[in-house]
Amino acid sequence: MSRRDLLAAGAASATAVAVPATAHAQAASPATPATANGAGAIPRATVSLVVNGTRHRLELDTRTTLLDTLREHLHLTGTKKGCDHGQCGACTVILEGRRINSCLTLAVMHEGASVTTIEGLGTPQRLHPMQAAFVKHDGYQCGYCTPGQICSAVAVLGEIQAGIPSHVSADLNARPLLSVEELRERMSGNICRCGAYSNIVEAITEVAQGSRT
Amino acid sequence: MIPFAYQRARTPAEAAAAVARNPNARFIAGGTNLLDLMKLQIETPTQLVDVNGLALDRIEATSEGGLRIGALVRNTDLAADERVRRDYGVLSRALLAGASGQLRNRATTAGNLLQRTRCPYFYDTRQPCNKRQPGTGCGALGGFSRQNAVIGGSQACIATHPSDMAVAMRALDATVETVQPSGQMRRIPIADFHKLPGNTPQVETTLNHGELITSVLLPPPVGGVQLYQKVRDRASYAFALVSVAAIVQKDGSGRVALGGVAHKPWRDEAAEAQLPRGARAVAAQLLQAAQPTPENAFKVQLAERTLQSVLHQARG
Repeated sequence: MSRRDLLAAGAASATAVAVPATAHAQAASPATPATANGAGAIPRATVSLVVNGTRHRLELDTRTTLLDTLREHLHLTGTKKGCDHGQCGACTVILEGRRINSCLTLAVMHEGASVTTIEGLGTPQRLHPMQAAFVKHDGYQCGYCTPGQICSAVAVLGEIQAGIPSHVSADLNARPLLSVEELRERMSGNICRCGAYSNIVEAITEVAQGSRT
Repeated sequence: MIPFAYQRARTPAEAAAAVARNPNARFIAGGTNLLDLMKLQIETPTQLVDVNGLALDRIEATSEGGLRIGALVRNTDLAADERVRRDYGVLSRALLAGASGQLRNRATTAGNLLQRTRCPYFYDTRQPCNKRQPGTGCGALGGFSRQNAVIGGSQACIATHPSDMAVAMRALDATVETVQPSGQMRRIPIADFHKLPGNTPQVETTLNHGELITSVLLPPPVGGVQLYQKVRDRASYAFALVSVAAIVQKDGSGRVALGGVAHKPWRDEAAEAQLPRGARAVAAQLLQAAQPTPENAFKVQLAERTLQSVLHQARG
C-alpha cells in the first residue's frame, strides 16, 4: 500500500464516520438546500470562480476550503497548505484584490469572485517584479512559505499605497511610510521557519522603491 | 469538519429565521474563527447560513453625530475608515493590534465581537472544558493558565475574550443592533453584550439563537487622546496578555477598558473617577476583585504598568 493509498483510505473512513451527522442534520433542518443530493448524502454545492483570469465552474462538498479547491480540484499547487488554521500565511492568495488566508474560507462563499494565486502573478519566463526580487535577494530557503509571502507582499504594497494604517504607524491620519518597521509588521501573518525575514524585507523594499513615482 | 448544508441568506430577517429553525445552524461571515473551530470539531454546525450577501457592509453617519458600522464591515476597512481614524482612534488602534493583514481583510465587525476564547483547554478536545462541553470541568483552573482571566471568572471557567476591537468598543460605549428571528430589532449596550462565565460559560453573549447582529453604533465622538496598548508574547500577530484601551481628556478625566484579563472587556466607570490620581489608583479599583491563578498573577501588575504607560503617553 502506497502512502497515497493510505491517505485515501484514511479520508474514506473519516467520511464514513461523518455521514450519520449529516442524516441527523437533515432531519433537524427543513432549510437544507436543493444542492444536498438526498438523505444521508454529503451536501454539495456549485460555485463559479475566476482563478488567474480563467473561469471555473465546480461542484464541491460544501466543506471544501478555497485552499483545497485551488490545490486539489484546480491543481494549482503553488498555494501551500502550512498550518491550515490561519496561523502561518502559506496559503495566502489575493481574493478580489485583497490578500486572505485561503484555508479559512469556503469556496462556496465566493460565487463569481476573482482569485489570484502565485501562478497568476507571473510565470517562470515572465516573473512578477516581486518574484524576481525574492530570487535576487534570496528571500527564501526551503521555499514552502514563498508563494504566500509573495502574494502577501504584493498586496501589502497596495495597502500602503491605499493609505491603510498599521499597528506601527505613528500617525493614523498620515500616509503610511515604506519603512522596514512597517513591512515587518504588515508581513507578520506570513511565517518563515527558515528565517529569511531580512531578505524578504529587502526584496519588498526594492520593489516598493522601484514602483514609487 | 462534519458535513453541513450551506445556504446564502437574502435578507437579515431570512438569515435569522433560518438559523432559528435549526439548533445546530450557525451564521457565517468572515469565517476566520468559525472554520478554524469547525476543522477541530469544536464547532460542529450542520447548517451554515452565509450572511455575506446582506448589505451590511457600510459605515454611515447617524443623525446623533455618531457612526453606524455594518456588521459585515471588515476589520481592515473599519480601521482605515477616515472618520474612525480621526474621531475614534482607539478603535482603529485596537483593530490594527489584532490578528494579521490577511485575517483583518476577512474578519467582520460582528464576528469579531463573537470570537470564541483562545484558552488552550477550549481548543484541545481531549481536555476538559465547560465552555466546549458543559459539565466536563475546567482544565485551566489548576492547569496551564498563563493566558487566562484574572477577574470575573468562576469555578467553571477562567477563559478570556480574545478580541481587541471589543475592548475599544467598550471604552467607546458602543451599542450592538440586532434582528431577532421574529424580525424585531433590538439594541444592546456593549457593556451588557458579553457575559461573565458563571455556571454557564458556554453562553457568551446575550444573543438568542438565530439573533443576528446587523450593526454596531458608535455615539458621537468624545475627543481626547485615544490610545490602545497591547502587551503580548511577540511584537505582532499574537493575542493579548493584557491590553488597555484609553480615552484621556485634557483635564485628566477619561475612560479605560482592559483586554486579556476577563471573559469580557473589563471596564468599571467608578474606577475611572480615580484617573486624576494615576494608574495605581485606577488599577487598584478596577482589579480589586481579581482572583488570579499562580500562573497569571503577573497580569494584575502588568495591567497596572500598562495603564501607567498609557497615561504617560496620553499626557504627551
